[in-house]
Amino acid sequence: MTPDLQEAGAATLERHHQQAAAPSSAGGASFGRLMHASEPDFAHGVALYLDEISVSFDGFKALNSLSLAIDVGEMRCIIGPNGAGKTTMMDVITGKTRPDSGHAHFGSNIDLLRLREPQIVRAGICRKFQKPTVYEELSVFENLELALQNDRGVRAALFARLSGTQRERIAEILQLVHLLPESHRIAGLLSHGQKQWLEIGMLLAQEPVLLLLDEPVAGMTDEETERTAELFLTLVGKHSLVVVEHDMKFVDMLTQGHRKVTVLHEGSVLAEGTLAEVQSNTQVIDVYLGR
Amino acid sequence: MTPVAPVQLLPESRRGLLLGVRGWSVVIGVLAVIAVLIPVLNLAVPADNPLHFGDYGVALVAKIMCYAMCALAMDLIWGYTGILSLGHGLYFALGGYAMGMYLMRQIGHDGNYRSDLPDFMVFLDWKALPWTWAGSASFVFQMILVVAVPALVSGVFGWFAFRSRIKGVYFSIITQALTFAGMLLFFRNETGFGGNNGFTDFKRILGISIAAPSTRMVLFVLTGLTLVAFYLLARAIVNSKYGRVLQAIRDAESRVMFTGYDPLKYKLSIWVLSAVMCGIAGALYVPQVGIINPSEMSPAASIEMAIWAAVGGRGTLVGPIVGAFFVNGAKSWFTQAFPEFWLYFLGALFIAVTLFLPRGIMGIKDRLKKEKGVEVKA
Repeated sequence: MTPDLQEAGAATLERHHQQAAAPSSAGGASFGRLMHASEPDFAHGVALYLDEISVSFDGFKALNSLSLAIDVGEMRCIIGPNGAGKTTMMDVITGKTRPDSGHAHFGSNIDLLRLREPQIVRAGICRKFQKPTVYEELSVFENLELALQNDRGVRAALFARLSGTQRERIAEILQLVHLLPESHRIAGLLSHGQKQWLEIGMLLAQEPVLLLLDEPVAGMTDEETERTAELFLTLVGKHSLVVVEHDMKFVDMLTQGHRKVTVLHEGSVLAEGTLAEVQSNTQVIDVYLGR
Repeated sequence: MTPVAPVQLLPESRRGLLLGVRGWSVVIGVLAVIAVLIPVLNLAVPADNPLHFGDYGVALVAKIMCYAMCALAMDLIWGYTGILSLGHGLYFALGGYAMGMYLMRQIGHDGNYRSDLPDFMVFLDWKALPWTWAGSASFVFQMILVVAVPALVSGVFGWFAFRSRIKGVYFSIITQALTFAGMLLFFRNETGFGGNNGFTDFKRILGISIAAPSTRMVLFVLTGLTLVAFYLLARAIVNSKYGRVLQAIRDAESRVMFTGYDPLKYKLSIWVLSAVMCGIAGALYVPQVGIINPSEMSPAASIEMAIWAAVGGRGTLVGPIVGAFFVNGAKSWFTQAFPEFWLYFLGALFIAVTLFLPRGIMGIKDRLKKEKGVEVKA
C-alpha cells in the first residue's frame, strides 16, 4: 500500500471515530460506520443496559430480575432502603460479582458478563467505592498520574514519562476537584471530603463513558456536598453517571426537578420518575420514605 | 475559576538524576571505601599497623553486604508492594547452591578421596554425576543457573499464588512452607546436593586459589559493586511510574484493579526480580563464606531477612541496608561477648522496633526532621 493511500485510510478511520464518538449522532442505524469488536457501540443512545439480572447469596435474593437502561450522557440517581441491592448492582456491572441469570451490556455490543474487572474498566466503566479509596502514601499528583488514560502494561510503566499535555490534563482535573493547592501533599493527609474528590478526580482522569458513584457525598460537609453536586452537573452530557445516594437533598440538587430517579426495593425497580413523582408514589412511601 | 491552570505549581517528575547531590556523594564515597580504601588497608598496610583492616573484618563486611542485598530485595516486595515473604532464604540458597556446584567441580582431584567426583558422592558410593550436575563444570552455565533457577521457582510459585489472589498472612505462610519444603528436600542425600553437610572445602574459583588474599579482595569488591548496583536499580524502579503502581497496590489494590491495571503482572515481575537479587546475593556469599548447606533455607533464616528490613525501615531502600549492617554487626559482636543472649536480644530488638520505631532506624531521621518543622512523608 502506498503512503498516501494509508494516510487517506487513516483519515477516514479518524472521521468515523469522531462520528461514532459524538453522542448527538445517537439514533438511526448509521450505515457505513466502522466498528471494532472491542469498542462499545453507543449509536443507539444507550450506555448501559441491564436485563433481568438476578443474584442470590445463600438463598437471599440480592437482585431479583433487575432491568435498567442508562442513556449516553444521562445522570441517573438511584435510591432505595438498605439491602435494596444498590451495591450488588454495581458489583455486577464492574465484574466483581457474577449474576445467576440475566444480561448486562455496555453500549449495544459489549457483554459485560464475559469480561474481567480490568477489561471492564478499560472499556470505559469506572467506579467510586463507598469508602474513599486512594493511594494514601502517594502525593495527590501521583494519584492522578496513575489514573491517567494510557498503557497499563509493565514495560510501558517502567519507562513512562509525563508529557506536557498529560501534566496539563492533571492540572485541569486538580482544578475541577478543587485540589490544585494540595497537589504536593500526601493523599493520606487529606480530609475525608478531599479524599472523596480525589477519587472522583481519578475516575475522571480515566475519561470513562460511564461513572458509577456509590454514595459520593458520604461524610462530606454541607458546603462540600453542594460543590460536589455542582461538579457532577458539569459532567452531564460528557459522561453517563449513575449515582447511588441516601441524601435526598443531594439527589434533589442533582436532578433539578426533571431528571429521572430510580427506586430500588428488594432487588428490583419499584418506581421510576422525577424525585417529586417517586416521593408521591404510595408504594415508595410505604417501603421507604414513610418508613 | 480561571481557565488556565498554573502548571508550575505541580511537582517536577521525580525521575531523571535518581539521587540528589548529597545522595550521589554518599554513593561515590561508599564506592571509594569498598573499591579503594578497604583493599589498600587490607593488602598494602602491614598487619602490625593499627590502620590495617584484618581478613576477619573483610569477610564479615562481605557477608553482611550479601545479606544487605537480600534486605533490599525484601524492601522492594514488602516495603513497596506490601507482600511479606517469609521464604526468600530459598532463593538465596538456590543461587548459593548453583555457585557451590561449580566450586565443588573446581576442587577436581584434590578432594579427600582423590576422585573426579565430589567427596560426598564418593562417600555415597555414586559412580557418575547425576543429571542435575550436567553443566556444573562450566562457570558460565552455573552463573546462568544462579539467575534462572530462582527466577523459575519464584515465577511458577508467584504466578499461581497471585493469580489465586492469595494475600496477606496466608501468602506469607505459604512462602514459609515452600522454603521449609526446599530445606527438607535438600537435606536428603538422594537429592544429590550433599545432604545436610551441603558443600564446603572449596579450593579454587576459575582456576585461581580461593583462599588467596587477592582473590578474596576481588570477591569483596565485586560484592560491594553489586550491592551499589542493586541499590541504584531499586531506586530507579521505585522512582518510575512502575514503582508508583507497586506502592498503589500496597495501599489500595482494588483501586489499582478498578483503574484498569492488572496487579498480577506487576506483583509477579517484582517478585521474580527480588528472588533473582537474592539468588545473586547467595552466589556471592558462598565463595566468601566457604560453605552452603540446607540451613540457609530454614524458616528462621528467611524471617531474619524480614527483621533486617523492618529494623532499618521499610519503604526507604537505604533503611534495609542499614538494618542488615546493624543487626548482623550486633549479632557478630553479641555472639562473641554474650553468646547465650543473642536470641533474646534479637527478640527484644524486634519488639522495640515494632513498638517505638514503626518506621525503623530511618524513622528516627524523619522524626528529627519533623521536630524541626519539616513535613515528611506520612
